Amino acid sequence: MESNLITEDKQKNKLEKAFEILKTMASKPSGLIGLTIVLFHVVLALISPYIAPYDYKAISPNTMLLAPSAEHWFGTDSLGRDVFTRTILGGRTALTVTFFGSLIALLWGGLLGIFCGLVGGKIDDVVMRVVDAFLSIPWILAMLLIVSLLGTSTEVLIPALGFFYGKGIVRVARAATHDVIAKDFIVSARARGHSNMSIIWNEIIPNVRDAILVEGAMRWSWMLLGFSSLSFLGFGVSPPTPDWGLMISNARGLMSFAYWSVIAPIVGLSSLIIGINLTADAFAKALGIDRSTKAPV
Amino acid sequence: MNEIIESVKDLSIGFNSQKGKQISILRNVSTNIKKGETVGIVGESGSGKSTLALAMMGYIKQGLFPLKGECLFKSEDLLKMSSRQLEKIRGRKIAMIPQNAGQALTPNLKIGYQIDEALKLHTELNKTERDKKISELLNKVRLPSPETMAFRYPHELSGGQQQRVAVAMALAGKPDLLLLDEPTTGLDVTTQAHVLELLRFIAKDTGTSMIYVSHDLGAIAQVSDRIVVMYAGEIVLEGPARKILKEPIHPYTYGLLKSIPKLSLAGLPASMPGSQPQPGSINEGCSFYDRCNLATDNCKKNSPDLEHIKELDTNVRCFNYKELINKNNNLQTSITKKSNNSEANEVLNLKDVSISYAKQKFFDQLLNKISDQNPTVKDINIDIKKGETIALVGESGSGKSTILKSIAGLLKTKDGQIKFENDRILSSDLKMRNPNDLRAIQLIFQNPDESLNPNHTVEQILSQPLKLYFNLSGEELKKNIIDLLKKVRLGEFYMSRYPRQLSGGEKQRVAVARAFAAKPDIILCDEVTSALDVSVQAAVLNLLQQLKEDLGTTYVFVSHDLAVVRAISDRVAVLYQGRLCEIGPSQNVYKFPSHPYTEVLLGAVLEPDPDIKPKLVAEDIVEEKPPEKGCSFQGRCPRKIGDICNSEVPPWQIGENGNAIRCHINIEELASLQQ
Repeated sequence: MESNLITEDKQKNKLEKAFEILKTMASKPSGLIGLTIVLFHVVLALISPYIAPYDYKAISPNTMLLAPSAEHWFGTDSLGRDVFTRTILGGRTALTVTFFGSLIALLWGGLLGIFCGLVGGKIDDVVMRVVDAFLSIPWILAMLLIVSLLGTSTEVLIPALGFFYGKGIVRVARAATHDVIAKDFIVSARARGHSNMSIIWNEIIPNVRDAILVEGAMRWSWMLLGFSSLSFLGFGVSPPTPDWGLMISNARGLMSFAYWSVIAPIVGLSSLIIGINLTADAFAKALGIDRSTKAPV
Repeated sequence: MNEIIESVKDLSIGFNSQKGKQISILRNVSTNIKKGETVGIVGESGSGKSTLALAMMGYIKQGLFPLKGECLFKSEDLLKMSSRQLEKIRGRKIAMIPQNAGQALTPNLKIGYQIDEALKLHTELNKTERDKKISELLNKVRLPSPETMAFRYPHELSGGQQQRVAVAMALAGKPDLLLLDEPTTGLDVTTQAHVLELLRFIAKDTGTSMIYVSHDLGAIAQVSDRIVVMYAGEIVLEGPARKILKEPIHPYTYGLLKSIPKLSLAGLPASMPGSQPQPGSINEGCSFYDRCNLATDNCKKNSPDLEHIKELDTNVRCFNYKELINKNNNLQTSITKKSNNSEANEVLNLKDVSISYAKQKFFDQLLNKISDQNPTVKDINIDIKKGETIALVGESGSGKSTILKSIAGLLKTKDGQIKFENDRILSSDLKMRNPNDLRAIQLIFQNPDESLNPNHTVEQILSQPLKLYFNLSGEELKKNIIDLLKKVRLGEFYMSRYPRQLSGGEKQRVAVARAFAAKPDIILCDEVTSALDVSVQAAVLNLLQQLKEDLGTTYVFVSHDLAVVRAISDRVAVLYQGRLCEIGPSQNVYKFPSHPYTEVLLGAVLEPDPDIKPKLVAEDIVEEKPPEKGCSFQGRCPRKIGDICNSEVPPWQIGENGNAIRCHINIEELASLQQ
């Protein structure tokens, strides 16, 4: 309400604006916690190769399934590898793959959604039915097919995950575009004779960007879960690369007497997902597109 | 009659800014509402009139809180009551009629049930008594056949009827005080006049006190006994309605009254410079100082108090009001505008244009034709001369905006042609038009909040057409933008601002600048002033007229407001249900003889003068669809002569003044009937 009442003469550049959004996000406990967790994981992923105490693939029959101790903080797994080392390294692949996967999902999903929302009519009908058809296929089956045909390298995983998680974004982007499309500034641009591309770029994207970004952030956390599920099933990262999904999968049989080798990767994965979710929520609220915060009057 | 029902004492309401500063929206407001009296609270948007009215029923919007003062209803302070205590008063003692009854009524409950709910809550009547009361109430608000009306759903009623139901619900608890927040603002001219008439009747009949909040001095003039004028959160003038409207002694009210276009006056109203200050921006001195032409140095430093003038029974907040006391005979003046050259060439011809909203059937889609025997807009023939301002007038649903859209190419026409500069037929498909024709026709929309991209700066907004049509860039682009801003009287520093940082009038100026950026031949104006405050409206009208005189642009001006149309237009076309009723030079259309529909419209115009009452000659029923055959106005015509009106389309008759009327009644006869 206040920003409408009091005009700010000072213009802010984009960096300051981004900083302001971050500040608003951090002003609430949930946002602060979320941001801290995400930041922690990102920093960890960057520095973990340098701080890891052991070699992640060093197998040793002498140290099989040791309980946590001063030497091995999180204990060791069934092949005698240090769980702490593998846990702090285990988020790297997941983060990289899902981050770039989400970017791809955002790009194609967002642009296609905006385009469909703008042109409408038959093109929109056809595209949306195809998207619906893809939505009806259980993604994990399709992923398994792709992975078994093309392999499990990151060059395959990133676009494949990006494609499957972008479908939902198409719908969100299309709905957001529909909200904007009826406004007079779009009609005005049309009447002036601007091309569709110019209308999308200049008039629509600035107004739907926020909604799509928030959706993308949510998709990121879902994709993390999806990627870990693939690893868990043995279709994600191949051993001996450390990965949370893979670690959980390897250690689950020994859960009853060597719980440590399961708990550490689970905590890593779930804290990252919770962190991203909290951050996405705070992001939405900071941008003012979260409906639940609107006053009832 | 002199018993005071509610009194507001030294009330200030405000909010805390993000920086922790206290900002007040209402400042030291005191007023009394007497029994049986109707008080009109008038002010522009942001003046605090709604905040004041809501505080009078003990309601303060979220985020706001009272800083000091009290609202005494029968000597109890409403602002200190618990919500339990307020429940007992709201509805029973103080009732409210909202602005938009269509949104205030629950859509899935029959209106009889909704009134019954109000009765159950506020009275101790039993079922049969309540049923009787419901039809009594519906009768009182003059709804046709109350018995069947009670079984209808809100969406089955027209806007005016919904507003009547809201009045009936408010009356259910027999309140002592009725609060009306812009109750007629969203309604058509004729409906508005009817609802106001009803409210006046109810005030007299039941002896209820009313608080009528509106920005529209015309509506306030019709109902109020006393008027409170608000400006920037303060009462600046308060007194008997007649005194305030005829002899305003505050410079703001004086300027406001002068800026309202009037039916009796040709030419443009005088505008007030500037706009209302934002809350929190007034530090010292009079809040009207910047816009006042009586201001002295004293006004800059000291804020005047509300002074009571006994002989006029008026309170005024001004140091220099005495200068206005005997100056008021020149309220009826206007700026004469240059008339266009009538020998000019025609620039746009609409020939037999019809437009249909009907959905194409599959078979028609294949053949690419529209088969609608009864299109929304039919047989429109208008020739528009270069440099003239032609206005399309009608109520909602008259097809005026539809015609505008198809001139712009946004809507396909069903039949007929639109010819540009006599030699080119404009395609009804936007994509088929050549870029130069697109450039030649520009649009200005009603609401600048929607027509300007909220994420673009003014510079980006104005550069769009310049880049598209003239391929400008760099320094040249910037120079052109500054020129445009100058043309619409905005400074260079506006370039870096976003629309949300501008006031309503400034936004509309930017929209005007964007239209002129294309160097167009024709500008289509779709209700361009109806979202603006009165004083700002006058300024925008003057600006449009100035630009037209300088650049020779042609305007097609769509409006529902007959007084605005009178002020700006050279020629007027009156539309009803998508058919032309009357067309002619504006000074003649506003004289008799007129088409019966024009007569109805003119009769319903509300002037800010308590002596000019609207003449209600027709019912305010709303027709969904144009009639299949005969005259379009047959359903509501007060001068209908018989079957011929239902079966044959009336012929055009040219009056001696040059206005064409489409009616079966002979034009001389019409003239004598309307004398």
